[in-house]
Amino acid sequence: MAEVTMRVWRGDANGGDFEEYTLPQNEGEVVLDVIHRIQATEAPDLACRWNCKAGKCGSCSAEINGKPRLMCMTRMDQLPGGTVTVTPMKTFPIIRDLVTDVSFNYEMAKKVPALLPPPMPEGGYTMFQEDVERGQEFRKCIECFLCQDVCHVIRDHEDNKQHYAGPRFFIRYAELEMHPLDTNDRRDLVREDMGLGYCNITKCCTEVCPEHIHITDNAIIPLKERVVDADFDPVAWLGRKIRRKTKRTPAEAAVQPAP
Amino acid sequence: MSTDTVSEHHEYDVLIIGAGGAGLRAAIEAKQRGLKVALVTKSLLGKAHTVMAEGGMAAAMGNVYPEDNWMVHFRDTMRGGKMLNNYRMAELHAKEAPDRVHELEQWGALFDRTKDGKILQRDFGGHRYARLAHVGDRTGLELIRTLQQKVVSMGTDVFMECKVLKLVHDNSGKVAGCVAYWRATGEFVTFSAKAVVLATGGVGKSWKFTSNSWEGTGDGHAMALWAGAELIDMEAIQFHPTGMVWPLSVRGILVTEGVRGDGGILKNSEGERFMFNYVADMFRAETAETPEEADRWYDDHSAGRRPPELLPRDEVARAINTEVKAGRGSPHGGVYLDIASRRTPEFIRRRLPSMYHQFMELAGVDITKEMMEIGPTCHYIMGGVKVDAETTATAAEGLFAAGEVAGGMHGANRLGGNSLSDLIVFGRRAGMGAADYVESGKGPTGFDQSEVDEAIKEALAPFKRETGENPYDIQRDLQEMMQTNVGIIRTASEIDEAIVKLEEFTERINNLSVKGGRAYNPGWNLATDLPSMLTVSKCTARGARERKESRGGHTREDFPKADPNYGKINFAHSLPSGGDWHGEIKTVESPILVMPDELKALLEDGK
Repeated sequence: MAEVTMRVWRGDANGGDFEEYTLPQNEGEVVLDVIHRIQATEAPDLACRWNCKAGKCGSCSAEINGKPRLMCMTRMDQLPGGTVTVTPMKTFPIIRDLVTDVSFNYEMAKKVPALLPPPMPEGGYTMFQEDVERGQEFRKCIECFLCQDVCHVIRDHEDNKQHYAGPRFFIRYAELEMHPLDTNDRRDLVREDMGLGYCNITKCCTEVCPEHIHITDNAIIPLKERVVDADFDPVAWLGRKIRRKTKRTPAEAAVQPAP
Repeated sequence: MSTDTVSEHHEYDVLIIGAGGAGLRAAIEAKQRGLKVALVTKSLLGKAHTVMAEGGMAAAMGNVYPEDNWMVHFRDTMRGGKMLNNYRMAELHAKEAPDRVHELEQWGALFDRTKDGKILQRDFGGHRYARLAHVGDRTGLELIRTLQQKVVSMGTDVFMECKVLKLVHDNSGKVAGCVAYWRATGEFVTFSAKAVVLATGGVGKSWKFTSNSWEGTGDGHAMALWAGAELIDMEAIQFHPTGMVWPLSVRGILVTEGVRGDGGILKNSEGERFMFNYVADMFRAETAETPEEADRWYDDHSAGRRPPELLPRDEVARAINTEVKAGRGSPHGGVYLDIASRRTPEFIRRRLPSMYHQFMELAGVDITKEMMEIGPTCHYIMGGVKVDAETTATAAEGLFAAGEVAGGMHGANRLGGNSLSDLIVFGRRAGMGAADYVESGKGPTGFDQSEVDEAIKEALAPFKRETGENPYDIQRDLQEMMQTNVGIIRTASEIDEAIVKLEEFTERINNLSVKGGRAYNPGWNLATDLPSMLTVSKCTARGARERKESRGGHTREDFPKADPNYGKINFAHSLPSGGDWHGEIKTVESPILVMPDELKALLEDGK
């Protein structure tokens, strides 16, 4: 009977090492299935994070043969033969085994000034499909944080986490900036505090996105253009000085008019 | 080193357990009242099962069919639920859903649009009109992300990967908080609160083939029962007609009803569009008789009656089951779902992008060219904690419940799309009910430390048993037993056998053993889930034995017809001895609320 061999990183913040597991091969399995079989047999305490096992929740991110991927959407039969190596995401601190501390992302989420729409007219807002489609692409994001994991600005430079939001949040800012109803202005924030300038559009994030969001082309580059226009175009700059939208904190922006 | 005592205690006005759609919506409401609110979730924020909902949320906005209104939605919900619903919940739901959907747009949701810029609505089973607001086939993601972003922007405290073990009372028996543990460290933490909202979702993980994630272990159902609340309709389990069946590792993963809403049809191995053979009398007047009539309906609902593929889910799931049993199934024990021959590849990829990717990546099937192989999968429990419709209050004072964990709204069978709208309608009402209760000053006056000590002792016991059984083996056997004995088609002898076997599982759980440490140990986490899974399984089996008829998500081979006498009652479960999950469950008949005449009149229209 055919077998699969998995080389899984085991350990915690104090260090660890690879352990090998050899199991019978089953037809049609994904990497997460094999991890689950290891848990159910040899290593019941093998830590891995997962929820839906259908590519919808973005919990089971890991590095498979060195590439950031969802374990639930990576079929064993599409990996090259031989041992399959599974390691936790490198950019985030280890909790245990394949589970990392992704709280950096949740902290960044708190800094995003919320959508600020005008009061809703009777019968709801009017928005057209072509206007919502740009934002809809970014709202496909399942927050697997693989784009954050692969981004060398924070992958290789821990200290950049202080002043760099990362691709996941650039698509969030782009979505809000392109939202048909939004009246908030986040351009200074994105440039000054979220470190958009650090991104040198190598497109690594786009390559690993399991939702196939065009992170670089459709979000980051247009966002860079908007921010740069705002900052260096003297006419635009003057215009903004004169009729500048008020910057609001997330808490202020969260106060909504009653429906 | 982990300690055996509580290392952290927090105090809040409103404690919400579960951060799916209902929990998040409850948090927004309570927070808007100026209260101190905590959300506790056993996963990361934004990963709850809501994220997997695909097709949409039902709300009679009338954007596509102006003749739609709350009365029609109410009628469809009651008929879909085979009249076992709490009528007041169905009424509030139908009336309030449109406002709740519009509200999401103020918080950033981007729904698909009609040509004139309104929210587009799609057809789904059991809904007379196109009624589901949606975003392609990822509506649940849109809902959870919108609510999550709103909750975060309001500065709500969120405790992630914090697994609640048990509710805690004060000395007078009011619910006063809970005891939990941090998954990352294994340390224990307690929360005291003036009101507690359960929004813990469903129970599907007790069945072998399910669309539910690992989280669906019935924690909230079980904790509510242990804490003094009642559970109703626990036999009413929805087997969604279309789950993936192949490869085996993905068996059970959901295939949205939107495939059928957008034109997909069901075929057996002989190529027959078999659903025309399974139209029950109750739905005959509004269902097409021929494929030609059905096909006219998709473009114009006045040009024909609805296709039988869009009957309520219980009807379709039973039909598929019958076809497979009659030997007309697909090679892997399902039937075929065909949209490839009915719609263009561009249409399919635009309307059903997640389905396209799911089949392409997991099964190697291109749904724009080939038929899908599908079969029923355990999807949803209609039953749950008995609540007051207006406030979501339970029989345990200080405890509220909303979403899948609450019972009554959907009766014996839930219509597709009514779950997401349920979450936002009753999530809000739970937040209001809890906030009113807090402001009334009637909340708990203490925190029973002995309950905390007991829960911790029980949680740590598996580490002390060196030779016990592996929790994964027990879970697997429980799932197989429930699938076989209390699955989609049930019969007295099998249910009786299940009830005996569930007692054996009690013994096995009492003696299981956990290896390793407490930090992020999935084996230990599963060990703490098993008492909940067992408790809900017992209630389901008991309800299934008592209900000697077939109705909605409960089908008895030995009683194949609905019995009007059973249409007047729910079966309610309680734990008179309280606290300990080993206690004897009591099951009684509980009369359903009698509907006022003006609502009854709505049901009689246009049968």
